[in-house]
Amino acid sequence: MKISLTVNGNLHTSEVEPRTLLVHYIREHLGLTATNVGCDTSSCGACTVHLDGEAVKSCTILAVQADECDVTTVEGLAKNGEMHPMQKAFMENHGLQCGFCTPGMVMAAISLLREIPNPSEEEVRIGLEGNLCRCTGYHNIVKSVLDAASKGAAGR
Amino acid sequence: MIPAAFEYQRASSADEAIGLIGQYGDEAKFLAGGHSLIPLMKLRLAQPTVLVDIGRVKDLSYIKDAGDHVAIGALTRHMDVENSDLLKTHVPLLAHAASHVGDSQVRHRGTIGGSIAHADPASDLPATTLALGASYVVRGPKGERTIAARDFYKGFLESALAPDEMITEIRVPKITGAKWGFQKFNRRAQDWAIVGVAAWQLNGASGVGLVNMGSTPILATSSMNALNSGAALADAAALADADSEPQDDLNATAEYRRHLARVLVRRALS
Repeated sequence: MKISLTVNGNLHTSEVEPRTLLVHYIREHLGLTATNVGCDTSSCGACTVHLDGEAVKSCTILAVQADECDVTTVEGLAKNGEMHPMQKAFMENHGLQCGFCTPGMVMAAISLLREIPNPSEEEVRIGLEGNLCRCTGYHNIVKSVLDAASKGAAGR
Repeated sequence: MIPAAFEYQRASSADEAIGLIGQYGDEAKFLAGGHSLIPLMKLRLAQPTVLVDIGRVKDLSYIKDAGDHVAIGALTRHMDVENSDLLKTHVPLLAHAASHVGDSQVRHRGTIGGSIAHADPASDLPATTLALGASYVVRGPKGERTIAARDFYKGFLESALAPDEMITEIRVPKITGAKWGFQKFNRRAQDWAIVGVAAWQLNGASGVGLVNMGSTPILATSSMNALNSGAALADAAALADADSEPQDDLNATAEYRRHLARVLVRRALS
């Protein structure tokens, strides 16, 4: 089936099998491999991307369901060579260890701030419950999100 | 994991979707948010040969004041149920329960109608709408009918919904000002409940729904009768498991589930 969608600002028209998952379309058809496949069961959140501005798990969405939609992956966050404030906050607060969960964490965190611009620590922890860090580095991840929020990342 | 191959059709209205399902027969399934169906298809526990995508049927996503009840379009997402001011005022139990479904990514996609049609006894919204005395409007080739939640759940993942029928609306009676509580006992964030309880009490009436206490969502009628006849909460809660048939699994024994149900009903209404 033919689909047309915008990924990181670029319009892509592709022929896909209906059973193609969005994450595989992003990784294998478009070669954008920052979005990871972790659990493959919509538990871990490593595959989190934005679909029309909201965090979703791209391993549980068919590419055909994203037809005519706007998708953003972590590769699409930087503008004019400058990292998104959430990315900067993760870097400055050591919000990553092995880095596998990081693309999904960053995308989920940006979506969270769109819904709750200045969350409490508890709201961040609840808001990121769909993302697992196997290094258990949650402390600095939460710190990063709070830091980004305090620097006005919600509007970005 | 990738689902087995299937043919994909997209419907722009409920009637078009029902027509397409009728055309393909039993092997076709409706696809709404996909957050129950796609995981099953990836595990090959479901292998529909045709999916009829109803995710873009926009006129089935709404939350409306309908006098004595709130009418919710079947394609309303969990996130919209959770954030609805109308529901927070008149059926806060449902808005709160919706906020416990999965995680925010799941709630951005999953729909209330999809969750109910899936009829999973371990899901939060079937048991919650059962406790609330909801009814479900369903549409098929022969027209529309309304099924009370208490007549809807027939067995594990089985409901009164015919294969060519789709849920179009969920009607939830208002419980404005009720005492209510939702208790979800699980071990990890975003897990299904090991046992969950959705309960409310108002002017001599009550509703108690149990999550994961049998092959269907359970209405704890013994507890409700006790509450309605003025029994103390502790005595009513002690009857919480009387109408259930919980099973053993990796997370809990049946007896532990019965204990949890009794404790959680008490907590829900304390």
